Amino acid sequence: MKEKIIKVSNKMGIHARPAAMLVQTSSKFQSNVKILKDDFEVDAKSIMGVMTLAAAMGSELKFVAEGPDESEVLQSIEALFDSGFQENK
Amino acid sequence: MSLSKKNIILKGVAASPGIAIGKVFLLEDDEYCLIHKEIPKNARAAELKRLDEAIEKTRAELKTTYQKINSVLGENYAKIADVHIMILDDPVMKKDVVKMVDDGVNAEYAVFKVLDKIIRSFDAIEDDYFRERKQDIQDVTKKILGNLLGKEKKPLSKIDKESIVVSHNLTPADTVAIRENFVKAFATDIGGKTSHTAIVAQSLEIPAVVGLRSISANALSGSVIIVDGNQGIVILNPTEETIANYKRELDIQSAKSKELAKLKDMPAETVDKHTVQLLANIDNADEVKSVINNGASGIGLYRSEFMFFNRSAMPSEEEHYQSYMKVSKMMMPYGVIVRSIDLGGDKLTNLGFLSMEREQNPFMGLRAIRLCLKYPEIFIDQLRGILRASSEGKIRLMYPMISGVEELREANKILEKVKKNLRSENIKFDENIEVGAMIEVPSAAIIADVLAKELDFISIGTNDLIQYTLAVDRVNENVTHLYDPSHPAILRLIKRIIDAGHEAGIDVGMCGEMAGDPYYTMLLLGMGLDEFSVSPAQIPKIKKIIRSVSYEESKMAAEQILKCEDKESISKIMKRLKFKERY
Repeated sequence: MKEKIIKVSNKMGIHARPAAMLVQTSSKFQSNVKILKDDFEVDAKSIMGVMTLAAAMGSELKFVAEGPDESEVLQSIEALFDSGFQENK
Repeated sequence: MSLSKKNIILKGVAASPGIAIGKVFLLEDDEYCLIHKEIPKNARAAELKRLDEAIEKTRAELKTTYQKINSVLGENYAKIADVHIMILDDPVMKKDVVKMVDDGVNAEYAVFKVLDKIIRSFDAIEDDYFRERKQDIQDVTKKILGNLLGKEKKPLSKIDKESIVVSHNLTPADTVAIRENFVKAFATDIGGKTSHTAIVAQSLEIPAVVGLRSISANALSGSVIIVDGNQGIVILNPTEETIANYKRELDIQSAKSKELAKLKDMPAETVDKHTVQLLANIDNADEVKSVINNGASGIGLYRSEFMFFNRSAMPSEEEHYQSYMKVSKMMMPYGVIVRSIDLGGDKLTNLGFLSMEREQNPFMGLRAIRLCLKYPEIFIDQLRGILRASSEGKIRLMYPMISGVEELREANKILEKVKKNLRSENIKFDENIEVGAMIEVPSAAIIADVLAKELDFISIGTNDLIQYTLAVDRVNENVTHLYDPSHPAILRLIKRIIDAGHEAGIDVGMCGEMAGDPYYTMLLLGMGLDEFSVSPAQIPKIKKIIRSVSYEESKMAAEQILKCEDKESISKIMKRLKFKERY
């Protein structure tokens, strides 16, 4: 099991499009990925779960991955956040 | 409400002008009555199969919708359908539903229960934007349930005779299916002036009244209905007398519009051969058709704000580029003035851009060019889009809300930087793109001579200029009587701006509502206005007046009016000129 804490830094937070991208990225891997925010825990492969997080700019999300490609999936997710969800072009 | 009652008048919002009399085509909203049934063990596999089939059918429908929307309305709208497909594929949802069916619950109830729980969890979210995403989940729920129950929404493509479409609401998916010639008008329960229904109606040039609250519950399919898009009312079960009155009104209107249509290809030229430019104000590309049909010689105000509404993310440079390019190509050989965004911070908060504090007085707050200068990243994306599009059409750039020369210089500095970057990236744009400003703040009107020296053109925004100069909020009914475009102070300011422009050798236009009010046409013409930019529907009317008056006479009238000290003497001259009888 691996964990990583990522801060939401894109201006709009995890709204519909970033949520969709996050789910698409997590779904490419076999590992189970959970997102924890405050008292919430959702499945990173569930679009509705990710949307209910209502993660605005500045919120901290804890990603917990478990499975054969747990390191890779966390790396990919971090890269997605680093890219600002490709919003700045 | 008794169904046999005659002449039921419902008031709504006038979303698209015109009158239509016809029969109701009721587009029913999908509400389902659900029951919880126990499925015996031996039937559960079949129930799961039924669930799978309904999901597959829904997926196929969503894919078709996606493609249709994409080809008709573009990628932005299509993204909605894309999110819907992802909701349908959500593994957590599927797992929970399957588990309930496995435990003996019927598929409909399982789908409803699982999704309802998720929808409820959205209600607890404080942020408006995130909370409203539940609408997407509700839409998908309804679609799956519809397929499970074998119910189908009667689509608009099924209309086979002339009808008036009555519905709770119209979505992009509904309207792509419209068969143009059969739909005579829209009447909906919800929506406002900028709703999807309004935009589609305007582009189809059919009347629409929205925000009627309960029309879909009260109208019966096949019954007679009158939609009056001029007054924003709908009449159900009209009496013979009402129908006759409206038919007469329709005849008068069609005779008038036939006469005005003759003017389409004629220039806006006075009897003594003084020509002005008659341009159109638009919000989006769908209106270009009506701009051309009405015979405008260009677009004098393309409000780019529209791109920021009804969406969850900022428009990208590419979207800016696409939309300006589309409009300017369609308008060739005529030109288009694109105004950089005139938004207040509150609109951007809805896009999740920044959490702006609520402003005490937004009209005097951080909006338009002020916002762009404070957050250049928004401005730069738009400027790049405008510049790129300028290589393919005739585009002029206009800044709103300039209040001093420093703002103009700062905006131009950013523009130059953007140009420099484009050059180094080898991206083509019009090197000689003209840059103008809207003069709508009194301070800018007073120093119009200073601004004119650094501008290629000027456009007077009368709505704000009047409201700021007279200190009148015109939607405040206690003071609305003070809102007067012919106030001597306003007329003097306008004259001052026009003279300052001409002194500097540049053209002066007007894109506020005053330019489209036939009452002021002769006066503005006489004051020397070069460009009138009005809503597309007003073009023939204004053109008719311009073509029927002489420039010399207008100049003399304007001179007299400018000497007037009060409202009464102004309206006396107006009356003597018989302004009213000329249109």
